[in-house]
Amino acid sequence: MNPESTGYKRDVIIQTTAKLMVPFILVFGLYVMMGSEGTGGGFQGGCILAAAYILYVTAFGTEKGRVMMPESWNTFFTSLGLYLYDGAGLVAIILSLAAAQFLNYSAIWPLANILGIAEARGYMVAFVVDVGIGITVMAAFVSQFFDLAWKEKEEEKGE
Amino acid sequence: MLLVEQFPVLIVTTGVFAGYTILIAGLVNRKSCAYIFLSVVFSHLIMSLFILHHVLTVGTIHYWLGGWRPPWGIEYVVDALNAYILVIVLFLSLMAGLYAKRYEEHKLEERKHVTYFTLFQLLVAGLCGVVVTGDVFNMYVLSEIVALTAYALIASPGGRTLKASYNYLVMGSVGICFYLLGIGFLYSVTGTLNMADMRILLPPLYQNRLVFVAYALILVGFSIKMALIPLHTWLPDAHAFAPSEISAMLSGIIIEVYTYAFIRISFSVFTVDFLRLLPIFDIISWIAAIAIIYGSVLAIAQINLKRMLAYSSVSQMGYIMLGVGLSISTRSALWGGLTPALMHILNHALMKGCLFLVAGAFIYKFNAWNITDLRGLGRKMPWTCGAFVLAAISMIGVPPSVGFVTKVYLIFAFVEAGNFIFMAILLLSALLNLVYFWRVIEILYMRPGGEEGHSEHHAEHAAPGKSEEIPLFMLIPVVTLASLCMIMGIVWLTEIPIVGAIPILDNVNKLFGLGAYTP
Repeated sequence: MNPESTGYKRDVIIQTTAKLMVPFILVFGLYVMMGSEGTGGGFQGGCILAAAYILYVTAFGTEKGRVMMPESWNTFFTSLGLYLYDGAGLVAIILSLAAAQFLNYSAIWPLANILGIAEARGYMVAFVVDVGIGITVMAAFVSQFFDLAWKEKEEEKGE
Repeated sequence: MLLVEQFPVLIVTTGVFAGYTILIAGLVNRKSCAYIFLSVVFSHLIMSLFILHHVLTVGTIHYWLGGWRPPWGIEYVVDALNAYILVIVLFLSLMAGLYAKRYEEHKLEERKHVTYFTLFQLLVAGLCGVVVTGDVFNMYVLSEIVALTAYALIASPGGRTLKASYNYLVMGSVGICFYLLGIGFLYSVTGTLNMADMRILLPPLYQNRLVFVAYALILVGFSIKMALIPLHTWLPDAHAFAPSEISAMLSGIIIEVYTYAFIRISFSVFTVDFLRLLPIFDIISWIAAIAIIYGSVLAIAQINLKRMLAYSSVSQMGYIMLGVGLSISTRSALWGGLTPALMHILNHALMKGCLFLVAGAFIYKFNAWNITDLRGLGRKMPWTCGAFVLAAISMIGVPPSVGFVTKVYLIFAFVEAGNFIFMAILLLSALLNLVYFWRVIEILYMRPGGEEGHSEHHAEHAAPGKSEEIPLFMLIPVVTLASLCMIMGIVWLTEIPIVGAIPILDNVNKLFGLGAYTP
């Protein structure tokens, strides 16, 4: 962190508050994403996770934020989320050898019995889908934020 | 459950999957993106051919996502109409993808390559989704995927394309909002979103004003999306400034997919009985007739080649909608029903796809946007210009090209409907096509040299004796599409005496109770 390099004078109060708040926001985001009973809200949870990161960047500057989450990681997270929730549907086709439809878990019931995950089946699917949506939403918001933030910085340099 | 019945959903889901895989593969190797795209689209094309075969031999595919029964779950229904459009979508996407590989290496900044192919793959997956779905709300969601990726792809070169893309964004969003409002009204009276279920629940409500309003909203929404006069204003700029293979996709298939969606809603959700209550299709026919003349006349006035082709698309959409408009009043087994309209969807995809790709080749090689810049190129790029001539004479309607087949079928349909004004309009349109395409052919072949025109842009290309043909990867799709313009024309024509009617299109008419199957 070098205040002169970005042209901003960082405020110690904001930085300390951000440091204190970010972990709690992250935990709250995960809580919203997974839900206390049954399913949660993947989109809302992802937004809250992204908000925690954006708070961090506002307090410590875009350059330090970029070090925390490089662009390649961001791309990876965008895809990872989609893999999770598209894969949650495709796995039903693959495991039943094309006998069951997309997302049809009742057809792979015997397999779930063998693995001992029968009762948690529906819950796990909803969990995987929600986490997938959450990760993609978070990555998309962070990427949008950076698109806007970097541009602003370049314009300031130009002036 | 047969494996082939999994293919509709696999095409959509693995298409989205592949789109994001391209994004990750781009981190490792930028060159791999195009190859992943091509292999995925090619495998999907093979799958779609299997689907078409299955649909024609066994019957309609009903696929319940998650195993939920239709009124509750989402259903994918593939019948002869969907399977036919699906093959066209994937074939043209493969051609455009082959072309895009070299074109974008040359034209687009390197950092944009990965996202370009990601968006292109998502666009193809979205188009396939719109085509295979049997649920009105699912159709809305997937057409938003198509629209959003198309806006981004049009804007990808930056600069003046941004305005065209923004214009399309505003118009397209308004259009899809009309559609959403329409299905909202239908949902409020029927309580279902499944097309087959809606078809059963709607007949007692046909006198309900809300149902009429819903149909009108859906008609207006799709008219914006398929650029029917007078709602076509987004089209010329978007087609002219987009990257050429995206222009080919936009003109060749994206607006046709919305025509498909309109046909699907009109005949699968509503029925012929509903469409006969009001003269809706007569009005559509007259609007389409105006579109044919308006598009052709404005095409003559253009100096930019791609803009000329864009206005020509407005006119060609008129042909398709004229076929749709006449579909409920013709009863012949051969040219009745939706046959001419569906035939022209394929024909237009081949012709306009080829023409836009050739227009892109001129831009690729000589940065020649205007028709006057093309002097003497006929000798420099013999294969490309030969393809242009084949596609152009198809547009004019020289036998045995695909354009000729459409015109013949439409004229038979007019005779049966007893409307000779449309026949005059069609012949006038053929003449106008001749005027604006002959102008280009004349400049390509019969004007001398034209060294001063473009030698200063690309002095290294003007070396004597050096072949100035475009790379092989770009030439293959151009030549394939141009030769298919002729081959498909012969196929359409020769099937007339053998089978009695074209089997795919005959199946579609049977499905909707049109043509010879009118009760």
